[in-house]
Amino acid sequence: MKPMLSIENLHVTVAGKPILDGLTLDIPKGEVHAVMGPNGAGKSTLSYALAGRPGYEVTAGSATLDGVDLLALEPNERAAKGVFLSFQYPTEIPGVPALTFVRTALNAQRKARAEGEISAPDFLRLVRAKSAALKMDFEMLKRPLNVGFSGGEKKRMEILQMAMLSPRLAILDETDSGLDIDALRIVSEGVNAMRGPERSMLVITHYQRLLDHIRPDRVHVLAMGRIVASGGPELAHALEAEGYDKYAREAA
Amino acid sequence: MSLARAIETGDLTALPSRRDEDWRWTDLRGLMRVLPPATPARLERIVVNPGETRAVDVRIGVADGYSQVTRVFVHVADGGCLALTEDYEGDGVSDTELTISVGVNSRLDRLVKTRSSDDAVCVSRAEVTLAAGAALRQTVLTAGAKRQRIETRVTHPGVGASVTLDGVYLLGDRRHADITTVVTHAGVDGSTSQLVKGVVRDQARGVFQGRIVVSPGADKTEARMGHHALVLSDRAEVDGKPELEIYADDVVCAHGNTVGALDEEALFYAMQRGIPDAEARAMLTEAFVGEVVDRIEAEAAREDARAWVAWQMGRGV
Repeated sequence: MKPMLSIENLHVTVAGKPILDGLTLDIPKGEVHAVMGPNGAGKSTLSYALAGRPGYEVTAGSATLDGVDLLALEPNERAAKGVFLSFQYPTEIPGVPALTFVRTALNAQRKARAEGEISAPDFLRLVRAKSAALKMDFEMLKRPLNVGFSGGEKKRMEILQMAMLSPRLAILDETDSGLDIDALRIVSEGVNAMRGPERSMLVITHYQRLLDHIRPDRVHVLAMGRIVASGGPELAHALEAEGYDKYAREAA
Repeated sequence: MSLARAIETGDLTALPSRRDEDWRWTDLRGLMRVLPPATPARLERIVVNPGETRAVDVRIGVADGYSQVTRVFVHVADGGCLALTEDYEGDGVSDTELTISVGVNSRLDRLVKTRSSDDAVCVSRAEVTLAAGAALRQTVLTAGAKRQRIETRVTHPGVGASVTLDGVYLLGDRRHADITTVVTHAGVDGSTSQLVKGVVRDQARGVFQGRIVVSPGADKTEARMGHHALVLSDRAEVDGKPELEIYADDVVCAHGNTVGALDEEALFYAMQRGIPDAEARAMLTEAFVGEVVDRIEAEAAREDARAWVAWQMGRGV
């Protein structure tokens, strides 16, 4: 059976500079895969290219989700197909209350999938339950999205949106950055609660500590724009002990 | 020299032109070769008695092919409270002169909304005199016209009086809007706060001229002015001229003026969550000007303004 996410020989340039150089990666349905690598290896470029950020130009290769060519779709169409990116640095949206933003996004996705709009009471019931599970103050959701939020609050807000949008593929880009131990635990519990047979996850991280909380099925090493090693969870521990130096050299 | 005088005398040379520094971005002389026939001048008087609270709506609209001068006299007596809503509509040429006095410890909430047509030439000029402890809360909402100017001049006595002079302009096609304000602080302990935000697309042109003068001796004046515009097309234009003239010591004054494009990062973020491009742009644009709407203290006026913005954004009221 074809994997849920299949990336083949992906080449991506940013401002004319090649960043991904023939990246190949499969994530079967229901699995959680971690991509680790040194700074500058192309980890964030991978997440942005899959999400369709302008300026990330795919020059060769393919990426499919459930057999659908993601690269041919607009970012919002990819989202409606089930791609969710948890941003490393979530954007502030002044003037748009978080609740309004999430409801607009949810209804836009439902509309794209020819589903009806969620009713206001159903939406509120759902968002109250999901935010309580993430130990978020509901009052905060009435404030403009991410404006004045702490680093930890922004990451919780990302996971809340993921829970509300219920994606097929969740890409978590450095979700652990800027989190203290307690916030890391709460965010990780939120992510773990969403693991399931119908959802795949791509967890991008520089450090192993996140993977103590979100245990991956597979670990891949990204260096010099390619996957240079793959293995089980033990690979993450080896990386923590040995560092990325040898992969950087091998890829070069 | 004014549009009103030109309408009343038929003398085109009375029109303000680009040679007048104060009108250089809103040239009327070069725009009009002929003046449409004048309809009789209109006079309105609005008087609020001491301690009285009133709400008054004034509609100003001239039919296509006509011109009209309207004079509005407003007096809010000591301790009074007036919610004044002005709706500017129609296709013709209009000049509206408002003479407004706001008494001791009284309050005027002024909401100016325009829905002029593409062919309208519309000028509104208000002279406002405040007494001690008076409050003026003004918000102008405009979608422009063929050529339009909304001007407000405030004589500010200080002594506890406070002024808000906000505005929103949302302009498309070849429409033009000019928001001009002058506040003269004459005495100690006065405050002025101004936030004007605009969005221009197509070949539209937005003009903001804001001047705050702090006269000698007007110490402890607090004045803040902000003008921020989004320019959504290469052929749209925004001309901003913020001026603070300070002749007193011991004042707190600040101003900011920015002109830029829509935040591409926010746009991508919204699209990543599934919101289509056009809807995301509309949401971000509405949020940009929403900050001005949120500053309106009177709830009815705030909802009225929100509905105006929604209507203008093409989403229906």
